[in-house]
Amino acid sequence: MSTIVLLLATGLGLGALYFLVASGLSLIYGLMHVLNFAHGAFLTLGALLGYAAALRLDATSWPGFIASILVGALVGAGVATLTELLLIRPLYERHIEQVLVTVGLSLASVALFEGIWGTDPTFIRGPAWLDETTGILGARVPNDRFVIIGVAALVLLAIVVFLRRTRYGMIIRAGVENRAMVTALGIDVRRSFTLVFAIGGAAAGLGGVLAAHYFGYVSPSLGGSLLIFAFIVTVIGGLGSLTGAAVASVLVALLQQFANYYAGGTGDFVIVLALAGVLLVRPSGLMGKAA
Amino acid sequence: MSGQVLVVDHLAVSVAGQQVVEDVSFTVPATGITAVLGRNGVGKTSTLKGVLGLYQRTGEVTLAGERIDALPTHKVVQRGIGYVPEDREVFARLTVSENLALAERQGSATRERREMVDRLFPDLVQRRDQMAGTLSGGQQQMVALARVLLNDNLLLLVDEPTKGLAPLIVEQVIEALRLASATVPILLVEQNLDVVRRLAGDAVVIAGGRVVHTGSASDLLSDELLTQRLLGVHAESGEVRP
Repeated sequence: MSTIVLLLATGLGLGALYFLVASGLSLIYGLMHVLNFAHGAFLTLGALLGYAAALRLDATSWPGFIASILVGALVGAGVATLTELLLIRPLYERHIEQVLVTVGLSLASVALFEGIWGTDPTFIRGPAWLDETTGILGARVPNDRFVIIGVAALVLLAIVVFLRRTRYGMIIRAGVENRAMVTALGIDVRRSFTLVFAIGGAAAGLGGVLAAHYFGYVSPSLGGSLLIFAFIVTVIGGLGSLTGAAVASVLVALLQQFANYYAGGTGDFVIVLALAGVLLVRPSGLMGKAA
Repeated sequence: MSGQVLVVDHLAVSVAGQQVVEDVSFTVPATGITAVLGRNGVGKTSTLKGVLGLYQRTGEVTLAGERIDALPTHKVVQRGIGYVPEDREVFARLTVSENLALAERQGSATRERREMVDRLFPDLVQRRDQMAGTLSGGQQQMVALARVLLNDNLLLLVDEPTKGLAPLIVEQVIEALRLASATVPILLVEQNLDVVRRLAGDAVVIAGGRVVHTGSASDLLSDELLTQRLLGVHAESGEVRP
């Protein structure tokens, strides 16, 4: 029983990280039809600069931890905004070129981060409580899992409230359905492109800081390794569906954790099989719009 | 304002690199309803989308004396063009009130206009919180019409508003367009010739991507030979067919 509880807690924590990355990917694709391969760079830079901020204050203190989260989110949002304005917007409606530029940015940014911070992972420290465990039904669950799950739930709630209660949220929801019709109502939909990139970048930067605590290290390749799974989550959930991204994040991470433990470390293989199965049976994803 | 609200001069429209409208020139008077007629696939909808800038276009489009052919779609609309697309294109996952709120342009939509729309479409008031995707085709058409009537426009582009609707709903649509046309000119694409006869003052006929006839709608539809030759149908038979 304790093993199952531990796998559930760890899976939910990993699912929360996947969601923080996949939510932005899904919103960006849903509205702009851009597969953003540079999303991992937002995450990595958020993690690297977030931890640098924590070190300045004292990485083992709560103010340092909170500062790292704020800096990670701000850095992610800032870099994503610049990416949209400088690289994506000039290639408006040229989807292949947009994808290629994000691939190029992804590769270049990893090389840049390796040049600045080196290729080796940096093992990080945080408030002592995060490294401790809490007993649940006989399982010793690391406390950082609770923080990660809680933050992801808050991000989900904040995005849902933004999409449901604000005019920009309404424009984004309408744009995901029919972008041309939004412009035909006299709305400059490109402004919401920038906003969606900023929101996605903030979630990714935040996810980067939390991923560093989950794995215990930060490195230039952190974003790339999480991005692959976030793409799988996004496709399984249904491109453009925030709810789909949330549900698929949890399902994929739990499946991965249980397969790793009970099926000889085949977690990655099993979720690729799950991806293939979903694409064959329901190509639009669990909650995506049918083509 | 001069006699014409819209002047379209040598408009050519392309979709995905394929030219669908070759060379269209016509004018729309500043009052009344002007019908755009033609067989299926001749480029009527593409002409409207070309005017709006939803499709790539060349040529000159002038709205109330201002060139708008270099403007992006949202700015064309902000200049005062309301668009009711073929097949409604309401936002299915937004409520009726969200669909209408999204359409309101700042400084254009007024309380009087909202009240007028509520009076015109009382059904929509009752269904304010209903997802637009769950409405009937007729109710969705009401939403599409209400979206443009909320704003102070110089011109409405209305694309096949009676397509696929029950006769009772067609009457409601005709009444709404008649009321709207008292204050704003309308460029109407319509296959149902009975609707054209009852609403339109002028007609523009497109064939093969070009304008082949302009003039009075009633004159056109009362001339059986001309109607047969241009639209491939007897005026009394109701609908233009391929």
